[in-house]
Amino acid sequence: RVTRKRSVDKAGQFFGSGHTNNWAVTCTSQFWFNYRHVANTLSVYRSVKRLGIPDSHIVLMLADDMACNHRNPKPATVFSHKNMELNVYGDDVEVDYRGYEVTVENFLRVLTGRLPPSTPRSKRLLSDDRSNILIYLTGHGGNGFLKFQDSEEISNVELADAFEQMWQKRRYNELLFIIDTCQGASMYERFYSPNLMALASSQVGEDSLSHQPDLAIGVHLMDRYTFYLLEFLEDIHPASTTNMNDLFKVCPKSQCVSTPGHRTDLFLRDPGSVLITDFFGSVRKVEITMETINLTSPVEQVEDKPVDGDLQRETHSYVDQLPVSEIIHQKPKQKDWHPPDGFILGLWTLILLVFFKTYGVKHLKHIF
Amino acid sequence: LGTFEDRRWEATEVEEAAPGDAPSDSQTSSAPETVVTPSQPEDDFQEELVIRPLHSGDIYASFQFRTVWDTDFMGGKKVSHYRLFPKSLGQVISKFSVRELHISFTQGYWRTMQWGQPFLPSPPGAELWVWFQDTVTDVDGTWKELTNVLSGIFCASLNFIDSTNTVQPSASFKPLGIGNVTDHRFLRYATLPREIVCTENLTPWKKLLPCGSKAGLAVLMKSEKLFHSSFHSQAVHIRPVCQDWQCKSTSWELRQTLNVVFDLHSSGQGKREWSLFKMFSRTLTEACPLASSSKIYIDVTDNPQGEQFELSPATPLLSQAVVLGDRRTYSVYDLTQQATFGSMRSLNMLLRWKSSDGECDMMRPLLHGERYVAGYGLQTGEIHTLMYNHHPYRAFPVLLLDTVPWYLRLYIHTLTVTSKGKDNKPSYIHYQPSKDRVRPHLLEMLVQLPPNSVTEVTVQFERALLKWTEYTPDPNHGFYVGSSVVSALVPSVVAMDTNSTQERPLFSSFFPSKEESSYFVRIYTEPLLVNLPTPDFSMPYNVICLTCTVVAVGYGSLYNLLTRTFQVEEPSPGLAKRLANIIRKMRGVPPL
Repeated sequence: RVTRKRSVDKAGQFFGSGHTNNWAVTCTSQFWFNYRHVANTLSVYRSVKRLGIPDSHIVLMLADDMACNHRNPKPATVFSHKNMELNVYGDDVEVDYRGYEVTVENFLRVLTGRLPPSTPRSKRLLSDDRSNILIYLTGHGGNGFLKFQDSEEISNVELADAFEQMWQKRRYNELLFIIDTCQGASMYERFYSPNLMALASSQVGEDSLSHQPDLAIGVHLMDRYTFYLLEFLEDIHPASTTNMNDLFKVCPKSQCVSTPGHRTDLFLRDPGSVLITDFFGSVRKVEITMETINLTSPVEQVEDKPVDGDLQRETHSYVDQLPVSEIIHQKPKQKDWHPPDGFILGLWTLILLVFFKTYGVKHLKHIF
Repeated sequence: LGTFEDRRWEATEVEEAAPGDAPSDSQTSSAPETVVTPSQPEDDFQEELVIRPLHSGDIYASFQFRTVWDTDFMGGKKVSHYRLFPKSLGQVISKFSVRELHISFTQGYWRTMQWGQPFLPSPPGAELWVWFQDTVTDVDGTWKELTNVLSGIFCASLNFIDSTNTVQPSASFKPLGIGNVTDHRFLRYATLPREIVCTENLTPWKKLLPCGSKAGLAVLMKSEKLFHSSFHSQAVHIRPVCQDWQCKSTSWELRQTLNVVFDLHSSGQGKREWSLFKMFSRTLTEACPLASSSKIYIDVTDNPQGEQFELSPATPLLSQAVVLGDRRTYSVYDLTQQATFGSMRSLNMLLRWKSSDGECDMMRPLLHGERYVAGYGLQTGEIHTLMYNHHPYRAFPVLLLDTVPWYLRLYIHTLTVTSKGKDNKPSYIHYQPSKDRVRPHLLEMLVQLPPNSVTEVTVQFERALLKWTEYTPDPNHGFYVGSSVVSALVPSVVAMDTNSTQERPLFSSFFPSKEESSYFVRIYTEPLLVNLPTPDFSMPYNVICLTCTVVAVGYGSLYNLLTRTFQVEEPSPGLAKRLANIIRKMRGVPPL
């Protein structure tokens, strides 16, 4: 039994650095030769699941299917290391948006929460003002835009406005934005909402490069920045105390060829005090108690009416799957009667007008 | 329903509250709280796996998981305590007043002529058909919400099902469960031929099973092996069934099926030897503890004395079943018996073939369908559907259902049905024309197929030009047309069992049979891929560049010519003359 006063104090400690963690991971590239973008996304997805965030709190968007693509020599697998060492697709993956559903509009709707009412829960970002959100984008990009599905773009202005909407609607506590595309730093230049931290794999004017091809699969497997990011994340476990300053050091120019950048001026806390697991993991603080708590008394089950053996119930039967005679003699459906539409009415009016013009109005009384 | 195994979990009992723990700020009853075990409707779970070696060297494995529950979703009382039946599907049934739900996800196409008939047919891509209860007032709105909810449950893009690919068949797809009224206003059918099936669809499907993928037959479902196959299909079927042989009351049945065909060369490495470990990379160690029956059936009809292949470990249990119009013999492994697993505590059946010559031909499937697009160019074309009747002397009727998207404009006056070169008039035609961007074409015909013949249905069409925002991001791939559905009552070789509630293996009791001389079969043709005239999407950029260049060069030059004035200018003098002019200026003399 926990007294009320103590629970309030504990609550203050719980909510100290963001309570629930929801996040979205997106990959925006189509076609088989963009295999590495899907591998990037899935490796980040895998790390985050390993650190404790459940599938119900992840919105995973993959713009094309690589695992079961007919060009994949090993179906249902997506590898991140050459020689097929690590299958990041795994056996327990839930993709929320796939294929043609990954569009700029859907992405912005997920972020701002303005989805049609029948959208299922797994496709919504159900964050509140105590959620820390991690957004990871990868694909092809340029100075100020990111390409979606090879046919549309999202600009950095749109993205900054979407984050401002999220801030106004209290949809996040703190947000970490990671982007691995060419000229990625241009995407976070326009942010203006508080509590945003951003990382990019390359500066404006630089290209992000891919890491290594695999000769059996025939495409490049990962991008350099995410490859070293994955290596860094593999060392993190739910109790580790690594902070963001170590994340900024991932993939220096010697390994990445491009210069990764980051932006922390909008973030209220000092990056050195922010733990990696605040964004990448879902660490719950648990207090164990030995006291029993009484739940409400169980509901008395209302007994079903006793089955009356004498009651004649109709015998059910299975339906005939192909009742030929019934089908042949099926009456055609009575078509609903529609009032005549404008064309017919106009035509008849014209005919009547011409008639009365020709023969004079005095004949009218003979007709009616 | 037969005898249950004794191994069932007991309902947990609510503990009596200890006297001293009543909280001070809540009302307590003075009498000690009584133990109340609520009376639960009975539910039952069965699982089975059927393995059928195919004549081409491939092997066909079919899993079926069946949960039967005697509850009433439609009654006034809200169902809140779920045990074996998955809660997500139960809530879908009660919220959307669903009478029957059939959804399937398939990768690959079933080759009837090489593999025979499947136990449960399914078209490539995703297919969903639902019968609603007759209490539903707005069927279209409920259908839209249902597809969205199912897309979340199965991680599939079912939200792309809308009025442009939904039809209301008038005679096909009669309910497979019990019922009296079949008003087709409450039926909706949609198919997404482009839908991809991958691990993300298998994961939530496995989570619907009572034992998940932890025990029983579901441990064999490893996605790396299942998707490396020629054919993979997973489906969920929900329908009301008879509770007992009297059929006075109904219970809800949920069947989850998974059919897979492993290829001899890609999965079998060319060697004609199949085992559970080779097919699934796992062996079985126990049955699902929540299952009342857990069996494996191996089709040994072509192997009565063991002359074709050798099956190990040997099993004494044999069972005969009438399925797909034929009496087949099966070797049965009962996983609820501990003896099945032997001393190694694991079961890995092995089928090893002996010499590979002199095999008898498999029985030719009596009904077979094909479809293709004929014609040339990007304006017109012709759809040909062929239906083969391989029975030597019996004719039987088939119901053909065709759903064609609105952007292929069918010319129904060119519809011809010919058998053996002569015109074959269908005895029933239902055609609903399409409406641009609203609904697709629906064509249903009841055609009598003469014995030993090919019936060809042809219809011409014209391709429409879409608005440029309606094209997919990769329009040069083409646009899919869903499979045609051929439903037929095929004459059977042996008498079918019409007693539907007898204890039968699951794979033989899916389609109810009303008469003994024929069985119901549904086959799907190939989906079509047609190219629509695709605009060049880079043209807007090119046009802007060209127009701006022409305007700048043409207009600019013309404007300059019209508005510029010209003046004559003295040429500047040479260097010597300029020096001389400077000296003369200094001297005060006029320049040269």
